[in-house]
Amino acid sequence: MEEFYLRTRDLSVGYGKKPLVEHVDLRVRRGEILTLIGPNGAGKTTVLRGIIRQLDALCGAVYLDGRAMADMTEGEIARRLSVLMTQRVRPELMTCADVAAAGRYPYTGRLGVLSQKDWDKVYEALELVHARDLAREDFTRLSDGQRQRVLLARALCQEPEVLVLDEPTSFLDIRHKLELLAILKDLARERRLAVVLSLHELDLAQKVSDLVACVHNGAIERFGPPEEIFTEEHIAQLYGAARGSYIPDFGCLELERPAGEPQVFVIGGAGRGIPVYRRLQRRGVPFAAGVLQENDLDFPVASALGVEVVSEIPFQPIGRAAFDRAAALIRICPKVLCPLDVFGPLNEKNRELAELARTEGRLSYDF
Amino acid sequence: MTRLRARYSACFALLAALLVLLGLWNLVSGSASVTAGQALGLLFSPPDGSTASSILWEMRLPRVLAAAILGGALSVSGFLLQTFFANPIAGPFVLGISSGAKLTVSLTMIFLLGRGLTAGSAALIAAAFAGAMISMGFILLLSRRLHRMSLLVVCGVMIGYICSAVTDFVVTFADDSNIVNLHNWSMGSFSGIYWDSVGVMAAVVGLALLLTFLLSKPMGAYQLGEVYARSMGVNVRRFRAELILLSSVLSACVTAFAGPVSFVGIAVPHLMKSLFRTARPILMIPACFLGGGAFCLLCDLIARTLFAPTELSISSVTAVFGAPVVLYMMAGRRAAER
Repeated sequence: MEEFYLRTRDLSVGYGKKPLVEHVDLRVRRGEILTLIGPNGAGKTTVLRGIIRQLDALCGAVYLDGRAMADMTEGEIARRLSVLMTQRVRPELMTCADVAAAGRYPYTGRLGVLSQKDWDKVYEALELVHARDLAREDFTRLSDGQRQRVLLARALCQEPEVLVLDEPTSFLDIRHKLELLAILKDLARERRLAVVLSLHELDLAQKVSDLVACVHNGAIERFGPPEEIFTEEHIAQLYGAARGSYIPDFGCLELERPAGEPQVFVIGGAGRGIPVYRRLQRRGVPFAAGVLQENDLDFPVASALGVEVVSEIPFQPIGRAAFDRAAALIRICPKVLCPLDVFGPLNEKNRELAELARTEGRLSYDF
Repeated sequence: MTRLRARYSACFALLAALLVLLGLWNLVSGSASVTAGQALGLLFSPPDGSTASSILWEMRLPRVLAAAILGGALSVSGFLLQTFFANPIAGPFVLGISSGAKLTVSLTMIFLLGRGLTAGSAALIAAAFAGAMISMGFILLLSRRLHRMSLLVVCGVMIGYICSAVTDFVVTFADDSNIVNLHNWSMGSFSGIYWDSVGVMAAVVGLALLLTFLLSKPMGAYQLGEVYARSMGVNVRRFRAELILLSSVLSACVTAFAGPVSFVGIAVPHLMKSLFRTARPILMIPACFLGGGAFCLLCDLIARTLFAPTELSISSVTAVFGAPVVLYMMAGRRAAER
């Protein structure tokens, strides 16, 4: 098993004498991506600043490549660890190549003059983040997405083994978020970088991370692979999300369910129900849904948004009990919606439910 | 790369040529007329005792050298402060640093004159440095509370007014002798500078400039902000202290010999950045020095000759040229921030 390249041992960090986050024990190997998640103000940035030694540890230590960072010189650290922080960079009259070239700092001589070899590395780094064509542009005129890429190139020019990024995807649109994370993924896999970052986007964190640490209540509340972290209960607890819920299967968030007696019964399935559930939620109409097998695409969303969901166990045709319950609900609800137009052996009973609603005069096609 | 290098060389050549030309122009103009040919002839031969020779060697040449050296020192000092505050409107004059130095220098002069002593160059520089550091200390304290540069500049101007008021007060009530001289000096002037002073200022400015040049690498990193500078291996605390000390030494040296000179510290670095189209310290430090020298030679020429034989204070001339540049820059920044 490869050694942990970066690890913290019982690290406490904070501003002044007061620790904000205590007992931080994180470990990351080269080639792995560690993501910090947690609510605003929980201290993700503080932990990162402690790791990169911009905040003095109140107690505990950070080990880089097996050595305590406190015993290393600035130069030694700079050749192993580089950063991309949220601090706004507004350099005067600097091209993107100049900004990236600043990353060669730990390798140049007394006056910081770059050799041809250094410039080659600069352009290689720009190439890697797909910013080669921006090299001569004025840095301050770039869009946020381009800026982040150039700053990432700067970090790569330091030829680090650990890359620390504080919310690198903030202010980026979806395309640039995905692009940046894909680059990070490549860097971790191909260049064997250890990547430590903080993210707000849970869906992305779930997909990109090898390890996830939850910063909450002044500590690392949980630390492990994403499969262990991203459960509905834990995410709800982490963010104190009372007015909505998190669906781990989709990595998506749903808003709060409308409360009250169900006004509408939705006969759904195979994804056809999801837009209907969401529209009812937006309009604040409490609804019941059914009958859904628990492996149905609609099931997680219906459970998150519906007042009641009549369900059947996976891969089974709809049984008597579920049918009776659904029929009872259809009789209570003033309106029944059925976005389904095909039925098969497994949901034959749903066709009967739709028929029932029609004879009762409650079936509506107005979604 | 090569095209850039050619551009930078051309810019440096232009600045050097301007410096030499303006220097010569300064040498030949004045109440006693000397032609350019005569001047060159006299320069390349030892002083021969003639009137023309002594005017050139004893009065004009030291003044030309002083204007070039001090003008250069002032612009470099401005460039350092701009790097420190990450803002192009910072400068030793607008932040009240020159005025602080002016106050301590005039106090020292009056104190020494009152005891029948003349103040030596070293004593004046030391006094100016102390004053500059006191003003600087105030500004640094204020900068922790005020994060907007415009407010900091307003505070600097206030500090400047307070120091000037106290200076005027002590000058008015000081003993009569040499007061005329002191009064001239407190308005800012390159007159009355002789060889011994030129030697001292060349040594002090030369050393400070060399140390500044050696700081150009961390300065470049610092232009990306403190966090990145530190992550690249800059010892930020030490670097900031060095920056403050050097910029104070440079502006103190100017104030000790020429009094407060306004706006050079902001205008020249801005002009140089526009000329070179870069803010890289390794280029800007020498460029600001050359450009500041040329700028002050031009201003001194105008100050001496425009209403000859009456001399204008150097600050009035530098303000006329420098203040519009500063206004233009502030207006431009507002537009960029919006």
